[in-house]
Amino acid sequence: MLSVKKITKIFNRGTINEKVALHDVSLKLDEGDFVTLIGSNGSGKSTLLNCIAGVYRVDRGSIIIEGSNVTKLSEHKRAAFLGRVFQDPMMGTASDMEIEENLALALRRGKRRGLRWGIRKEERENYRELLKKLGLGLENRLNIKVGLLSGGQRQALTLIMATLKEPKLLLLDEHAAALDPRTAKKVLGITDRIVNKSNLTTLMVTHNMRDAINHGNRLMMMYEGKIILDIKEKEKKKLTVEDLLERFEVASGKEFADDRALLS
Amino acid sequence: MLQILTAAISLGLLWAIVTIGVYITYRILTIADLTVEGSIVMGAAIASISITRGVNPYVAIVLAFFGGLGAGLITGLLHTKLKIPSLLSGILTMIALYSINLRIMGRANISLLQVNTAYTVFEEMGLRSIVSVIVLGIIIVGAIIGILYWFFGTEIGCAIRATGSNPQMVRAQGINTNTTIILGLMLSNGLVATAGALIAQSQRFADIQMGIGSIVIGLASVIIGEVLFGRRGFASRLVSLALGAIVYRVIIAMVLKLGMPANDLKLFTAITVAIALSLPVFRSYLKPLKKSVKWGK
Repeated sequence: MLSVKKITKIFNRGTINEKVALHDVSLKLDEGDFVTLIGSNGSGKSTLLNCIAGVYRVDRGSIIIEGSNVTKLSEHKRAAFLGRVFQDPMMGTASDMEIEENLALALRRGKRRGLRWGIRKEERENYRELLKKLGLGLENRLNIKVGLLSGGQRQALTLIMATLKEPKLLLLDEHAAALDPRTAKKVLGITDRIVNKSNLTTLMVTHNMRDAINHGNRLMMMYEGKIILDIKEKEKKKLTVEDLLERFEVASGKEFADDRALLS
Repeated sequence: MLQILTAAISLGLLWAIVTIGVYITYRILTIADLTVEGSIVMGAAIASISITRGVNPYVAIVLAFFGGLGAGLITGLLHTKLKIPSLLSGILTMIALYSINLRIMGRANISLLQVNTAYTVFEEMGLRSIVSVIVLGIIIVGAIIGILYWFFGTEIGCAIRATGSNPQMVRAQGINTNTTIILGLMLSNGLVATAGALIAQSQRFADIQMGIGSIVIGLASVIIGEVLFGRRGFASRLVSLALGAIVYRVIIAMVLKLGMPANDLKLFTAITVAIALSLPVFRSYLKPLKKSVKWGK
């Protein structure tokens, strides 16, 4: 499904601030894999996601999504394969536009846009149903501006938008990190439901060890621009936070130092 | 007095088209596009030279529209492909257009006194020339509002609107934001050039200087329209922009009537716009004041 081959990303190359954000990173996701990707600040997990999404061009290596080499494709062209939810709830939706207008934009991801009317009547029923399942009361507020919604509502809406047209790969970049614990739990619950329903191949970046353990069927850990752990299926099911910390220390030769990940 | 008012309304109707053009860039794309200052003259220049060479006045307006599209395209390419900041891209095109417009006209001004204009048809029907301008102005502004209402409801139109609101999200939805920005700039300047063509024909001359301050007048009209007539649905917003442009002209006519020297007009407009644009800052100063008052009781 997704195959990342030895990609390297260097920021500020040739300057005093040069930073190797990704160092020969390779990974392979099979169809239906739900991978949680964890790591401390600056470990390169968001950079990896942004390289896959095409926000950054890689310096070396290649990225292949379902047989198509997308390494040189621009961000908007790659979007045909990808559903994305961002850390910042403001980033996934257009706040000046209505809920249904946002959904209609997302429904047409990867299609040529022309002079047909932006929203067709029959779409609305579908939107209403999908929103109803969220249980946030959005189904009767299709014409409200998205800017009036709370962060949690916006993230839930962005999740719907990212999967409205089924993506080959769903990229979640710490999408619950900016929410309060209760809302975060709810958004993660919605995530699980949506991913499981269509068996979506998913890569979810998170800061939270417990979330990384509780969700998905595979867990990867990054450290200094490399993937140092890849724990699969059965092994992952038995995993505890203590195990994870211990395995991190063995793999990196250092103590795990990130208060946010430990405390949460 | 009535005469001043009708003159203001007729001029305001033509400037309504400029206002709608400015609205597309300033509010929808959230770009302050100075190309306007050049494209309005470009429209006037293309229309005037075509008409004096015997081209049908309506065809001349269409030619002006296409000229404006071209001007917007240049600014768009400078901004998106060459990554020049939008403000600077607009300034570069505006300066370049000064020379280009002189080339088009061949001299600094062209008189249209001896030729038929787009308004001649109505004048021949017995209407006074100023009434003819109002009639054609209403027809064209009405048509433009109708077409834009449709266009910004289409898939492409929605993509352009979303680009101004959140370009990152738009790219994530598979839309090339470079294309939507360029389209918006083209449409805006196409409209402004159309207005230039109509204004030149109504005043019966085109002048290389006629664009100075047009962006500020456009902004002033946008703000007046929004403040006075609200910002509800998209259609009513377009109508309120047109009304804003008319009110602006009426205000100017009044101020001149009250004895303000015409030379101070641009200063007056600039100060008005500066105050209107800085209103949010003043409001945020007032907010904590209000809060402390509430807590005090």
